[in-house]
Amino acid sequence: MSNSVQVESPLHHAQLDQLIGQSNSGGIVLHEAALLGHLNLRGNSDDAEFLAGVQEALGIALPITPCSSANSELAQIMWLAPDEWLIVVASGSEYEVEQKLRSYLKGHFAVSDISGAQTILELSGSNVVELMKKSTGYDLHLDSFPVGKVIGTTFAKAGAHILRVSEDKFQLVVRRSFSDYIWLWIQQGSQEYGLTIV
Amino acid sequence: MSQVNRIAASSKRINRNRTLTFTFNGKEYQGFEGDTVASALLANGVDVVGRSFKYSRPRGIITSDSQEPNAIFQIGSTQATTIPNPRATQTDLYHGLAASSTNGWPNVDFDLMSTVGKLGGSMMPPGFYYKTFMFPQSLWMSYEHLIRKGAGLGSSPQQADPDSYDKMHHHCDVMIVGAGPAGLAAALSAAQTGARVIISDEQNEFGGSLLCSKQQIDGELPSQWVEKTVAQLATMDNVLLLPRSTVFGYYDHNLVGINERRTDHLGENQLQSTRQRVHKVRAKQVILATGAHERPLVYGNNDVPGCMLANAVSTYINRYDVVPGNQLVLMTTNDNAYKTAIDWHQAGRKVVTIVDTRESSNGELVKKAKKLGINVIFGHAVIEVSGSKRVKGVDIAPINAVNHSVTGAAKHFPCDTVASSGGWSPVIHLSSHTGSRPVWNEDIAGFVPGETVQQQHICGGLEGVYDLSKVISAGFTTGAVAAQAAGKGEGSYAGTLPQTSDPQEDASMALFHVPHSKKTSRAPKQFVDYQNDVTAAGIELANREGFESIEHVKRYTALGFGTDQGKLGNINGMAITAKSLGKTIPETGTTIFRPMYTPTTFGALAGADVKHLFDPARFSAMHKWHLDNGAEFEDVGQWKRPWYFPKPGEAMQDALERECLATRNSVGILDASTLGKIDIQGKDAREFLNRVYTNPWSKLAVGKCRYGVMCKEDGMVFDDGVTACLEENRFIMTTTTGGAAGVLQWLELWHQTEWPELEVYFSTVTDHWSTMTISGPNSRKVLEKICDVDVSNDNFKYMDWIEAKVAGVKARIFRISFTGELSFEINVQANYGMHTWQAVMAAGEEFDITPYGTETMHILRAEKGFIIVGQDTDGSVTPQDLDMDWVVGKKKEFSFIGKRSWTRYDNKRDDRKQMVGLKPKDPNFVLPEGAQIVFEKNQSIPMTMVGHVTSSYYSACMGYSFALAVVKGGISRKGQSVFLPLSDGTTVEAEICSPVFYDPKGDRQNV
Amino acid sequence: MLHIHCPYCEEMREEEEFSPAGQAHIQRPLNPEELSDEQWARYLFFRKNPRGLHHELWLHAHGCRKYFNMTRNSVTYQIMETYKMGAKPSITASEEGQS
Repeated sequence: MSNSVQVESPLHHAQLDQLIGQSNSGGIVLHEAALLGHLNLRGNSDDAEFLAGVQEALGIALPITPCSSANSELAQIMWLAPDEWLIVVASGSEYEVEQKLRSYLKGHFAVSDISGAQTILELSGSNVVELMKKSTGYDLHLDSFPVGKVIGTTFAKAGAHILRVSEDKFQLVVRRSFSDYIWLWIQQGSQEYGLTIV
Repeated sequence: MSQVNRIAASSKRINRNRTLTFTFNGKEYQGFEGDTVASALLANGVDVVGRSFKYSRPRGIITSDSQEPNAIFQIGSTQATTIPNPRATQTDLYHGLAASSTNGWPNVDFDLMSTVGKLGGSMMPPGFYYKTFMFPQSLWMSYEHLIRKGAGLGSSPQQADPDSYDKMHHHCDVMIVGAGPAGLAAALSAAQTGARVIISDEQNEFGGSLLCSKQQIDGELPSQWVEKTVAQLATMDNVLLLPRSTVFGYYDHNLVGINERRTDHLGENQLQSTRQRVHKVRAKQVILATGAHERPLVYGNNDVPGCMLANAVSTYINRYDVVPGNQLVLMTTNDNAYKTAIDWHQAGRKVVTIVDTRESSNGELVKKAKKLGINVIFGHAVIEVSGSKRVKGVDIAPINAVNHSVTGAAKHFPCDTVASSGGWSPVIHLSSHTGSRPVWNEDIAGFVPGETVQQQHICGGLEGVYDLSKVISAGFTTGAVAAQAAGKGEGSYAGTLPQTSDPQEDASMALFHVPHSKKTSRAPKQFVDYQNDVTAAGIELANREGFESIEHVKRYTALGFGTDQGKLGNINGMAITAKSLGKTIPETGTTIFRPMYTPTTFGALAGADVKHLFDPARFSAMHKWHLDNGAEFEDVGQWKRPWYFPKPGEAMQDALERECLATRNSVGILDASTLGKIDIQGKDAREFLNRVYTNPWSKLAVGKCRYGVMCKEDGMVFDDGVTACLEENRFIMTTTTGGAAGVLQWLELWHQTEWPELEVYFSTVTDHWSTMTISGPNSRKVLEKICDVDVSNDNFKYMDWIEAKVAGVKARIFRISFTGELSFEINVQANYGMHTWQAVMAAGEEFDITPYGTETMHILRAEKGFIIVGQDTDGSVTPQDLDMDWVVGKKKEFSFIGKRSWTRYDNKRDDRKQMVGLKPKDPNFVLPEGAQIVFEKNQSIPMTMVGHVTSSYYSACMGYSFALAVVKGGISRKGQSVFLPLSDGTTVEAEICSPVFYDPKGDRQNV
Repeated sequence: MLHIHCPYCEEMREEEEFSPAGQAHIQRPLNPEELSDEQWARYLFFRKNPRGLHHELWLHAHGCRKYFNMTRNSVTYQIMETYKMGAKPSITASEEGQS
C-alpha cells in the first residue's frame, strides 16, 4: 500500500495519543493496543491433525482448556469456545499468518481476518479491579480469574473478551462499533480513581 | 427553638461538638452530628410531622427505624436534589438539610383536607376509592390527581439529578445481612475460616440493637464489643463492610441487591463522588440476621402524636440522648418493654404508670421497675388516648384478653407519651422475596422464615430468638456453618464466646388488638396501618363484606400498601382478620413481601446507565465524517446511522429530494457498514445455504452474488440480503442491520442442534468491513478513477464481485444495487474505512457526489419495490404474499426451512394480505405509514379493514407520492381503488398498482 | 437473575451472558412434506409449559456462543443441571415424582 494510506484504529477519534502524559496519578491506566492483527480460527479440538497443524504454523499448542490462553513470540491465542480461538499477531502480519494457517491446516477448519473488527484495550492500575467490578458480573477474585484466563462476558452492556494479564492488568477485546461506548464507560467508571492514558 | 428534649450527654453516638442546622417545613432547627432527622425533630419537641392519608389526622413519629409510617418526608433543597418519601428515622442529619412533610397539604398545622377528613370519616370506609371513584372512568385521571395530592405521596424532582450513581458486582462465600449482634458474630466466625465475607447494614453504623442496649457483654457496654468486633473485621482482607447499605432485594440463586448511600449523609451536591451505589452480590451462602421489629398494640386513637413504640422510645433515649416527652404511660404484653420505663425513669422524667395486659409477671425487669418506684398495673390496658396534636391522657381499663372485652370502668390518667409493645415480629421480608412462605411460630407469636430453596441461613431475632446470649452464640455457629457450606472451615467456631447474662423474663401475652368498652365499629379509631389509615373497624368491615382471603383484605383495605409495606401493621391486621373470621393466624396466613424492602431511588437503580451510557451506541468507521458533514442520525438497532445530510438551512424534505435526484442523475454515496456480514466456510456451506435460504445456491459460481430470503419454520420472511461466493466452499452473507445478531444465532441454532454433521463454520465479520455504496449513472466513472482493475460492464457484470485495490486499499467490490441504479458496494478493512471514504468523495467531487442517509435509501428502494424486512414485513408475511415466488427454489431436494408451512391451509388462502403499490389520487399527498385500508368508503364504524400502508414517500424523481402496502388479495386487485380513513376524520383514495414504480425493466442497474 | 453453569465454558456465569431459546429436545421432522397440517402444526406451535421440571434450550450468547440444555424447575427457578447438545437429561420429571 502506498504511504498516503491513512489507517485509523477504532478509537482513533478519541485522540488518545494527545491524552498521554496529561495525568500520571490515576488509579486506572488505559492503553489501546491498536491495529494489531486479529484472526478468528475455527476447528475441531478433538482432531489431532488440526491441533498439530496449528502448532506447526504458530509454533505453540492451541489452548484447548476452556477459558485459557497461550503466548508465543509470534502470536497470542485466546480460547473463545471449544471450536473457536482468537489469534492476535503483530500489526500487518495477519495476512501472512492466515496464509500460513491455511497451508498447514487440512480438513475442516475456518480462518477469518477480523483485524478491522475489534481493538484491544489494556486496563491496569491500582483501582483496576474496582473498575472491572463496575463493568462485569464475573468474579474477579484471583481464585476464580487467575492470570492467563480469558472469558467471554459482558463489559457494561457490550459483549467483550477479557484476559487477565497480571493481578492488576486486563486486556479487553471489544468490537470496533462498540469501542466509543466502552471508552465513555471507562471514563465514567474511572472518575473517582483518576484515569491515565499511556 | 432549643432542643428541649435533649438530655445530658451520655451516648457516644452523638457528637455534641458539631451542631447541624436544618429546616423542617420552612422552620429552622438544630441537631447534632449522629442524629437522624427524626431524633433531631424529637429533640426539638416537634410533635406533628405529617397528616394521615385518608382522614388527614395529625401524626407524629412512632418508630426509630424502617417501620416508620408517618415521618416520611420530602428531603432536598432544590428541584434537582429533592427526594420524595425517605423515612426521617433512617435519614442522617446533615448541615443545611431541608425537609418537609409529604402529606399535609398545604401545611401540617392547618390542613384543608382535615375538614374533608373529619366530615368524611364515616363516608370513607375501606374500598372507598374503589366504590366512589371507579365511575365515570374518564374522570379517574383528575380524581387520581386530587387523591394523590391529598394523600401525600411526595413529589418527583422536576429537574435533572446532578448526582452520579453506579453499580458494582461482587462474589463472596458468605453474605451477611444485618450487623446486629447475630450478624457481627456470624461475620467474625465466617471470616476466620478465610471465607470471603460481605456484611451490610442499613444503619449509619454497625451494631443494630447493641447501639442502644445496656446489657453488658464481657463486662462492658455492648457498644464496646461492637467497636472491637468491627475493628477486627476491618483489618481482614477477606471482609467487605458495607454500612448505610440497605439490602433491598434477595433474588434467585443467592443474588442480593444492596443500595449503599455513600454521600447522602454529607449533604447535597457531593459531586466528586458516587451518591449511591448498588452492589449486586452473588453469594454462595446468605445469612439473614435482620432481627425483629417491635409490634405496636392497636388501641383507640393510637395515632395521636406521642403514641410510640416502646423500643423506639428507648432508642431515642439511649442512642440519641433524646426523651420524647415528659410523662410516660407504657402499655406492654411482655417483660422486655419494661426497659423503656426504666430508661425513661433514669433519664429523669416521669413514668406515670406501666400498664401490663397480663395478670402478673415476676421477671427481673418487672422487679427492677418496681424497685425504682414505678407504678405497675396488671390486667389492664390503655383503651383510648385523648388529645389531638399531642397525647393529653389515657383511659386505662381492666380487660379480658380471652373473650376480648373490657371488664370494668376506665380510669383517666394524664400523660403526654404512650409507649406500647405487643411483642416482636421477625423481619422476614428478605426471606419472602425468593418465594419462601413464612410460618407462624406460636412461642413468639410471630412469623418466621419458612422453607427455602436458596442457600440461606437465619439466626438471631429473625429466628424468634431474643435473648442476647443465645443470639450471639447462634451468630457464631451460623457463621461457621455457612462458611463450611461454602467450602471453608470446619463448621464450628473455635474461639471463646463473649459472655453476657440475660434477664429472666416471664412469658408474654399474645395480644394484638386491645378491646374497648364500645364495639370496634363504634370505638374511637384504632389504627392498624397508619400510612393507609386502615383501622381495626375497617378490617372487620371488609371481613363482613366477604373479603376473607388475606390477599383480598389487603387489596380492599390497602393494608400494607404504603411505602412501609406493612412492616408496622401487617401482623396486627392478620390477627384482627383471624379473630373476626374465627380462624387462627396460621389459617389466615400472611401476604408475601416483595422487593424493595424500603423504597429505592430510581437514580440508584439506573446507576451509570443513563444519558450517553443508557444503551450502547454503535458507530461505523466513517462516523466522524458524517458528524463533520452535518448528518442527522437515525437509530437502527444500536447503530447511529446517517438519516440524511441537510445543507445549512435546508429542510428535511428538501435534503431528501436533493439526495434522491443526485443519486438518480449523477452519483450518491451511502455508508452501508452496518449491514451484518457473516463469513461462512466449510465443504457443506453451500448445502447449509440451501437449507436456510428459500432459493437455490448449488450453482452459484465463485465471483457471483445472489439475493436471498430467509424464512422462519412457519414460512414467514425474517431476513434478507445478498450472499456472495468467495471460494468454492466459502461465502459471505449479508444480513439486515437490525437482523445481524439474530441471523447468526439462527444459523448456529440449526447447525448446533439439528445438523451438526454439516461441516461449516460461521464467523461474524460485520465490524471488520467498512462498506460504502456508490450509486447512480456516474458511479462507475468515480470508481474508475481510484480502482486498479477494469470495472467496465464487460469485465464486471451486474451481480458479480471482484477483488481490487481502491485508493490503495485492498477491497472487495460487489456490483449489486438497492437503488435500481448502477451501483458498486466497496468493502475495505474498517481501519481503512475513513481513508477510502474520503478518497471516493474526492474522486466524486467532479460529479457532485452526494452523501445520502437511510431515508433516501428507503425512498430509492421503495421506488423499485424492494422490501425492507421489518418495515414492509412484520413476521406474518410469506414470500408469496410479497409476490416474490421467484425467490423460492422449486427443485431443491432438501425441504428447506419454511417450505412445508407454505402449504398449510392458512397460508394458501387467496385473501391473505399481499404486497402492492399504492398511488394516492392526490399526487402530492403522502399517505401516513400504518394507515388502514378499506375497500368501501361509506361504512359504519368499525369498518372492515383490509390492509395497511407499510412504506410511503414523496418521490422527487417521479414527481408524485407513492406507497407500498399490504392489501387482502391485493395482487389481483391492481387498478382498483381503495380508501384510507385517516385519524383526522378525512378519507383519501388511492389506486392499487405494481410495487415497482421506477424503471420496471431494471435497465438502469445493468448498464 | 439466574446463575448458570455453561457446560462448554465449564463454569458458573451470570444470566446476563445468556439468552433462553425455548423448549429443548424438539426434533425437526425428517420428512416435513409427508406430514399432515396437524402434525406439522404440532411441531411448529405446541410447547410444554410444565409446573415443575422443564428442559430448556439456552444460548451462551456473550460467552462461547454455544447452545446447551438446562433442566430447570419452573416454580422454584432451581437449575438441576445443564448439559451439552446431544446429551440426554439425567433428571426428568418422572424421576422427581411429577407427571
